[in-house]
Amino acid sequence: MDMMTPLRRVRGLGSAKAGTEHFWQQRLTAVSNFFLISFFIIFLIWLHDGTYADMRAAFANPLIGIGMALTMMSVTYHMRLGVQVVIEDYIHGDAKIPLLILNNFFAIAIAAASLFAIVKMSFGA
Amino acid sequence: MSQVKTARPLSPHLTIYRFRPTMAMSILHRITGVSLYAGTLLVAWWLVAAASGPEAFSYASAFFGSIIGRIVIFGYSWVLLHHLLGGLRYLLQDTGNGLQREQSTRLALATAAGSITLTAILWIVVALVG
Repeated sequence: MDMMTPLRRVRGLGSAKAGTEHFWQQRLTAVSNFFLISFFIIFLIWLHDGTYADMRAAFANPLIGIGMALTMMSVTYHMRLGVQVVIEDYIHGDAKIPLLILNNFFAIAIAAASLFAIVKMSFGA
Repeated sequence: MSQVKTARPLSPHLTIYRFRPTMAMSILHRITGVSLYAGTLLVAWWLVAAASGPEAFSYASAFFGSIIGRIVIFGYSWVLLHHLLGGLRYLLQDTGNGLQREQSTRLALATAAGSITLTAILWIVVALVG
């Protein structure tokens, strides 16, 4: 016997109040990662063993800046979701909540540092 | 809160199953994922160093150009390609395809073979572009 109202069921929210959002975002960023990582690998092959001047010249190109910014956003979001699942699966004691918090901090710190660097290079400062 | 107070029975975990390619690739997918997670520190370092100036970039360049740096980048490239192919396999299986016993085993083996092949091709291309 299901006690949920039809509205509740249609919203698809379980006890975590997030429904399938985590699952879906993980797949969505997996698809975007496929394209963005392909771009990243090609960019690195092209740039490899590049000097400081090569690097700055590459980031003077808006397409490189936009591509790298999207890559770092997609990757850091995907890895935050992925490692959250790993922590939830294997860590059950007192360390679980602190690790989940640190996971968020780490992913956001990597995203912030990378985006700052990309924006700074793109605007040529 | 969620502390386990008594030794409650747990559902069977990894140790009771026969080792299969799909199992190996599932474990590897997690290990490579967590490795890539740690590896983003190097990507962020590389970007921030380049944004900071020639001196900071020279330190990063020196590391990535060193023997250890090159081993790390080579390893990272295989880990990245393996996680990428594994992810594509899981996306395919999310659609309900490739889940039969023989098929899933073949796909798991293809992930391993594909990641090694792609890594080899990647570094041959790098050497040729060199």
